[in-house]
Amino acid sequence: MSSKILSKDKLDAFLQGLKGARDVFAPAMVEGKVGWAAVEQASDMLTEFSNTEMSPKDFFFPQTECMMRFKNASGDPEGMIMMAEPALARPRALMNIRPCDAKAFQVLDLIFVQDEMTNDLYWRDKRERTACIGLACNDPCPTCFCTSVNCGPHHEAGLDLLLVDLGDKYLVKVLNDKGAELAKDLPAAAAGDEAKAAELKIAAEAKITGGVSMDQVKSREVMELYEAGHWDRVQESCLNCGTCTFCCPTCHCFDIQDEVQGESGRRVRNWDTCMSWLFTMHGTGHNPRGTKKDRVRQRFMHKFKYIPVKRGGEIGCVGCGRCVQLCPVNIDVRRVVNDMNA
Amino acid sequence: MDNAAIAKGIREAAKKLLGEGKVDVVIGYAKGTVPMRDYPYFAYTPEEAENLTWSGFCCNNLALYAIRRPGRMAVVAQGCVSRNLVGLVNENQVKRENLYVIGVNSPGMVDRRKVQALFPGQTITEVEEVGDELIVKGVGFAEKVARKKVMRQNCYTCVQRNPVISDELIGGEGPASHGGNLDKVAAPWEKLGSSERWAEFQESFKDCIRCYACRDACPLCYCHVCFVDESQPQWCGKTQDEADVATFHLLRAFHCAGRCTDCGACESACPAGIKMRRLTMKIEKDIRDLYGYQPGMAIGAQPPMTLFKPNDPQDFIK
Ligand code: SF4
Ligand code: SF4
Ligand code: SF4
Ligand code: SF4
Repeated sequence: MSSKILSKDKLDAFLQGLKGARDVFAPAMVEGKVGWAAVEQASDMLTEFSNTEMSPKDFFFPQTECMMRFKNASGDPEGMIMMAEPALARPRALMNIRPCDAKAFQVLDLIFVQDEMTNDLYWRDKRERTACIGLACNDPCPTCFCTSVNCGPHHEAGLDLLLVDLGDKYLVKVLNDKGAELAKDLPAAAAGDEAKAAELKIAAEAKITGGVSMDQVKSREVMELYEAGHWDRVQESCLNCGTCTFCCPTCHCFDIQDEVQGESGRRVRNWDTCMSWLFTMHGTGHNPRGTKKDRVRQRFMHKFKYIPVKRGGEIGCVGCGRCVQLCPVNIDVRRVVNDMNA
Repeated sequence: MDNAAIAKGIREAAKKLLGEGKVDVVIGYAKGTVPMRDYPYFAYTPEEAENLTWSGFCCNNLALYAIRRPGRMAVVAQGCVSRNLVGLVNENQVKRENLYVIGVNSPGMVDRRKVQALFPGQTITEVEEVGDELIVKGVGFAEKVARKKVMRQNCYTCVQRNPVISDELIGGEGPASHGGNLDKVAAPWEKLGSSERWAEFQESFKDCIRCYACRDACPLCYCHVCFVDESQPQWCGKTQDEADVATFHLLRAFHCAGRCTDCGACESACPAGIKMRRLTMKIEKDIRDLYGYQPGMAIGAQPPMTLFKPNDPQDFIK
């Protein structure tokens, strides 16, 4: 599609335009940390940042989400009453999403919304009512490896618009009809601006040096990867905590619980993690992932083998590097994948 | 001795132990793939022992890995780690005869969040230690920072930087403390009334994502089933509601009473920068004030919370 230009001194006007119909969120400095926050004016938004510490997946998949409320009053002739939770009151826009995080939305679309039977309305509804505006990375971090996992610093998947910082202005890449509507009042870009953005893309990709190789992971049989010896070493120091899964933009395990008090209650969905033994514990007492090794292996096998096999080659990792930075014992996903590929 | 010389000493000791078959494994630290994150490493052969290192970035508590581990092992231990090993021996989770302690005086470990806070929004690519200073390098900058300024708070207030037990001491003894006073840091809770305390508490834990890394990094938390994972009945809710988050943190802190060595591994592990030691160090102070007890200082000592004597002299317990 076409490209537009947003001059930086018009950024606030653009933001106010978005805000007319939506709540707008963007990376901002939140008590000393780079996090997501509601923004009122352009000066609230960070523009020089690598990425937020936590991923924005919770805009669509909150850590704790009430799915419905229910009443089961004894003697009530109506029997059990289930009440839907109100949907988002206003549409939303997310500004300055990094391309890896947007790609992760697309990967999760494939998981939450598959067919009539697997059609998660909680995820889908928020996705449909949220405009996604990306900000391309011109300076990737040393822990980024998006280019080895179907993604890249100027990747466009999962976005409606992609902004590319050209200095005093942004090139605005219009990626679909939703994006065209958002950018309809912006002036068209000149060919020179597009060429400059293309150069920045190549330069940014070249800055990513710590990649992973996946050719062998792709061609090897599941069981060969599963039974490989290196898992014994990976699991040694792993704490089986939830850090890597909770910070990850594509991890999506959850647990559903009914909280009941007296004759009423609510159904809540909470993030869960494959690293926890409780996640797979059966009512019988049997646990199909009974050891720490089973659990740590699951995380990597799921991302780099099971998802690609089942979802047409998509990978369950977008190379954001968050788990590399946050794992308390430095289990580096790049090292693990390279070991799987060795 | 500087860290590089100590690292060499640790490697030599490990190679000897493994070469002579005295232990099956040496549990130490290796250099991490990201700055300021050296990580727990298991060396099974003299060749693997070459990967062992020692630095101001050894923030994990290795005593964790000794818990109920079969076979003979050597563990690299600074003051706090050695105290947790003693605690584990006293709690029958580690057999002293299976354990070989490679003791080291701690230089005081670095709080990587404090370092990052000095360079907001900038990417740090390498941090080097030169004596009492760190050289912090990033894209387009290299700056010196005094170690004292970025030391973990618990290392600053630690009074036992030398190991309490060691089968071999690398680099000799060093200073026992770094001059901080734990009571001064723990005291703020005491000055607050109960509602202010609650407000401060909520503020301290509001960013917790309940990943449980703090629990999982802690050598005290070795229960087969932690109370937050009990499901029949489920004691603790699973949501991000204040009550559920609070239940986890308060109960965990109480379970650490009289056992916590203030090693700081929990805070170093936390991905959200939560200061959960605000709870445990206050309890540490209480145990010291009320029972005159400091955890992990001597083999055979009984933690006060595991002990009841009909003739307990303390009034508050009757
Ligand atoms: S890989 Fe790291 S973050 Fe993930 S469960 Fe293991 S210790 Fe925790
Ligand atoms: S596995 Fe790690 S690098 Fe990959 S998307 Fe998740 S957090 Fe990012
Ligand atoms: S490590 Fe931090 S975020 Fe995780 S449960 Fe503990 S306090 Fe919460
Ligand atoms: S509670 Fe924290 S400071 Fe205390 S022993 Fe456990 S990890 Fe160390």
